[in-house]
Amino acid sequence: MSAPTDTVVGLRGASASLGARQVLHGIDLAVARGEVVALLGANGSGKSTAVRAVVGRVRLSGGTWELFGTPGDRFRQWARIGYVPQRTTAAGGVPATVREVVAAGRLARTGLRPPGRADRAAVARAIELVGMADRARDAVDALSGGQHQRVLIARALATEPDLLIMDEPMAGVDLAAQQVLAETVRAQVAAGVTVLLVLHELGPLAPLIDRAVLLRDGRVVHDGPPPSGLEPDHVHPHADPATAPVKGHLDRWTS
Amino acid sequence: MDLLTYAFMQRALLAALLVGVTAPAVGIFLVQRRQAIMGDGIGHVALTGVALGFLLQVSPVWTAVAVAVAGAIGMELIRSYGRARGDIALAMLFYGGMSGGVMIIYLAPNGSNANLTTYLFGSISTVSPQDIPPMIALAAFVLLVVLGLRRQLFAVCQDEEFAHVGGLPVRALNLLLAVTAAVTVTVAMRAVGLLLVSALMVIPVAAAQQVTRGFAWTLAVSVAIGVTVALSGTVFSYYVDVPPGSSIVLASMAVFLLFTAAAGRLRAAGWHNGGVRARRAS
Repeated sequence: MSAPTDTVVGLRGASASLGARQVLHGIDLAVARGEVVALLGANGSGKSTAVRAVVGRVRLSGGTWELFGTPGDRFRQWARIGYVPQRTTAAGGVPATVREVVAAGRLARTGLRPPGRADRAAVARAIELVGMADRARDAVDALSGGQHQRVLIARALATEPDLLIMDEPMAGVDLAAQQVLAETVRAQVAAGVTVLLVLHELGPLAPLIDRAVLLRDGRVVHDGPPPSGLEPDHVHPHADPATAPVKGHLDRWTS
Repeated sequence: MDLLTYAFMQRALLAALLVGVTAPAVGIFLVQRRQAIMGDGIGHVALTGVALGFLLQVSPVWTAVAVAVAGAIGMELIRSYGRARGDIALAMLFYGGMSGGVMIIYLAPNGSNANLTTYLFGSISTVSPQDIPPMIALAAFVLLVVLGLRRQLFAVCQDEEFAHVGGLPVRALNLLLAVTAAVTVTVAMRAVGLLLVSALMVIPVAAAQQVTRGFAWTLAVSVAIGVTVALSGTVFSYYVDVPPGSSIVLASMAVFLLFTAAAGRLRAAGWHNGGVRARRAS
């Protein structure tokens, strides 16, 4: 059975290994158009691997993978996806300005052709959306953790995506800066963008989240309303009646 | 400037100019990817190519290009596939290239110790008229790639994971960069020598980024430094009879120290984050 066409992200029975260690044990992860879904879990629960499988950076050893209703292996419309990888991956050995880094995000639209006026405008707009217009010519090395994260989000927005995928966007970002980031995400959601987030804790994004998927040891242990008022590290779905309808949500996809 | 009246010096200076432009223009991407040492490895491997040229009695430029490109592709494949043992595999490639080159050059009919030294450290008197057209063609290829695809190469070297998800042909771009680096090594071997070519790919970039805050400006300043030290080092080698590779690399070290000191002064004076304003990259 293939996912309905308004399913933007669809992993079904997805298994994956990193080296010899199996990290995902048949997880189901579906995100519908316009939804904001948080992928939660402790370190090592497989949430980053799951999201990297969604963007095709981890090959599945079992199960199916679809993006915008197309099997992942045949998917080519990468410009529809704005991706914010974990921050550790974005450190070059040569200085680069905010604008240069954000412009790299526009390559998903331009490919090998040189950028035109519309592309430059999209890059400028993305920088403005995260409130970094006055720093566009500064080196990214000179920015604080929160500002750096805003640049990476702007880079993802430069492609004007339909789906925004963010891996731990709040990691290493102080609370005030988290509010700024949350505001940026809120504006994207209001504009109809679908969002899949990997989070360690809900934080200021909590009000935006429609649904939370909690992973433990590479398995989905909760899929439903976000665990309100609880930090995910302290959620015990089997013990807590508030998060009990785990089974029902799983059944909806597996039946 | 009587040195310009000598045809061999004109050729040596032209070779230096081509190297001064191309080496930093490719090197900046290797530095960005934190693979500054890659040029050095290709230089070692290219020695086998030079030696093959002697053995087969054909122009060493083309055999060097062929072997260096093969070696660079091998290195790129090891880098992208091999994880745990990657650095040992690379080291073996370097040693194999160097020792293979030395052995073949001694077996070759007209090979000698003296020939070896000119390729290892450069020589201003051995750039022959036949060398010039291929050097210009190869340098043109290098500039076409690194300037024409600078945005794409920047994205891949800055954040490979992101570039993949953006749908860029990451594997092809990485291989193209490896081939371009190999070609640059071959262009550079006459002027700076195979053992020192990597220095001209790395040091001008390191010097430039002391005073820049953006990629485009770092590229421009490092090419300017590359041209300056390549030409002045070659001229120095004309007056003081030393291999040009040594004088070019020492000159670039001097520029690096100068820029580092100047950047320190500027920062102390409250001029934050370097002096050169970054321009738009796109």
